Amino acid sequence: MNGIFSSSIGKKLIMSISGLFLMVFLLVHLIVNLMLLVGNGETFNRAAHFMATNLAIKVVEPILALGFIIHIIYASIITLQNRKTRPIGYINSSSNGVTSWASKNMYILGGTVLIFLVLHITNFYWKLKFGEVPTLSVDNGLIQMEDAYSLVSGLFVAYWWFDLIYVVGALLLGFHLSHGFWAAFQTLGWNNKLWIKRLEVVAYIYAIIIATGFSIIPLYFLILK
Amino acid sequence: MNIKLKIWRQPDAKSNGRFETYPLNDVSSDMSFLEMLDYLNNNLIKEGQQPVAFEHDCREGICGSCGMYISGRPHGPQHKTTTCELRMREFKDGDTITVEPWRASAFPVIKDLIVERSAFDKIMQSGGFISVNAGAAQDANSILVKKKNADEAFDSATCLGCGACVAACKNSSAMLFIAAKVTHLALFPQGQTEAELRVKTMVAKMDELGFGGCTNTRACEAECPKGISISNIAKLNREFFVAKLKE
Repeated sequence: MNGIFSSSIGKKLIMSISGLFLMVFLLVHLIVNLMLLVGNGETFNRAAHFMATNLAIKVVEPILALGFIIHIIYASIITLQNRKTRPIGYINSSSNGVTSWASKNMYILGGTVLIFLVLHITNFYWKLKFGEVPTLSVDNGLIQMEDAYSLVSGLFVAYWWFDLIYVVGALLLGFHLSHGFWAAFQTLGWNNKLWIKRLEVVAYIYAIIIATGFSIIPLYFLILK
Repeated sequence: MNIKLKIWRQPDAKSNGRFETYPLNDVSSDMSFLEMLDYLNNNLIKEGQQPVAFEHDCREGICGSCGMYISGRPHGPQHKTTTCELRMREFKDGDTITVEPWRASAFPVIKDLIVERSAFDKIMQSGGFISVNAGAAQDANSILVKKKNADEAFDSATCLGCGACVAACKNSSAMLFIAAKVTHLALFPQGQTEAELRVKTMVAKMDELGFGGCTNTRACEAECPKGISISNIAKLNREFFVAKLKE
């Protein structure tokens, strides 16, 4: 293992593993969020309450934050190092018909997703964790839970431009994942001529699910509420 | 056909370069790109100017020396083709063709379109070999190799070492080159003894010489004149992780 993470391949291994971890989180996050579309909000509130109080989730939470931080720091290190390798660029660069726009702009896409992430945390997570959010009493007063549904619906119904920002954020994330998903497996070495095609298809399906899933929520509140 | 050439001119490694534009008339569409440059150079010599320096050797697509960045792509617009095999019929009358040297800090320009590619030799010297006394040629089938391995190794061994992968990559990464060499040697019984040491030393040398890392854009595979697949890079990664884990 000597010096593995200082090598260019080792740094990509860190990006790959942290990226895959974050992709699992995104799926869980989407499943919980889609409960916003079910019923009068109690289902979502119960799910949010479970996520906020469950011990296993509490243990994973700091690891998740660490995953984001590591992914961002190593992306910055790799990008800075790679930019030094071509001091004089080409005056004419044509498309080769294969390289995707997302693959060439992962750092910029990641940066915009980070800006969105900060806004997203400020809007919801921070308020739920440290702010004053009204609580509801359910199950004959046995459970006191925060009214997260009203917090989300309040924002999305009152401000149309927040809906727009969230849709754009979801689309940018989708582009980031359309490359990141299969590239993570390629970096891990799980690839050959057959699997490249399969993983690329799965990557697009995954990216579309995430982008569409997260876009539907603000659009639902904008249009139907 | 009549064309205009916009070519990078740089007298030597230490001088600054610049683009010069040369109109060239009566170019035959059957000429190879290098024959067209020969034709340009004849004209330049007749006019008392310095001819354009470019590297070339076999002119039949197997030596890998004629790499240059033509109209925004390594080895020009035709897929799976070296510059020497590119024909002028790929261009139109009146076209302006940009010709640039490979751009990478690991491949410094020596003169005009010629770059120093000895970084590839240094990588090969660090581990791209098999240290066994081969002796006389073996009898056929005395060392058995699976057909699948032989085919894959052959595909990887077609790498010319031209540097198009580095030139095409936005990070100037040499991963496809190294991956082709590591895969080629690791698929044979003769190469497996040193496989772990080889992958570690070659990757370390690549990093040391200032090539960038791989970000999986697939530009190398798209521009490789031999169409070497990035599945070689996945195998390189596997070989590298296994070798490091065993340390």
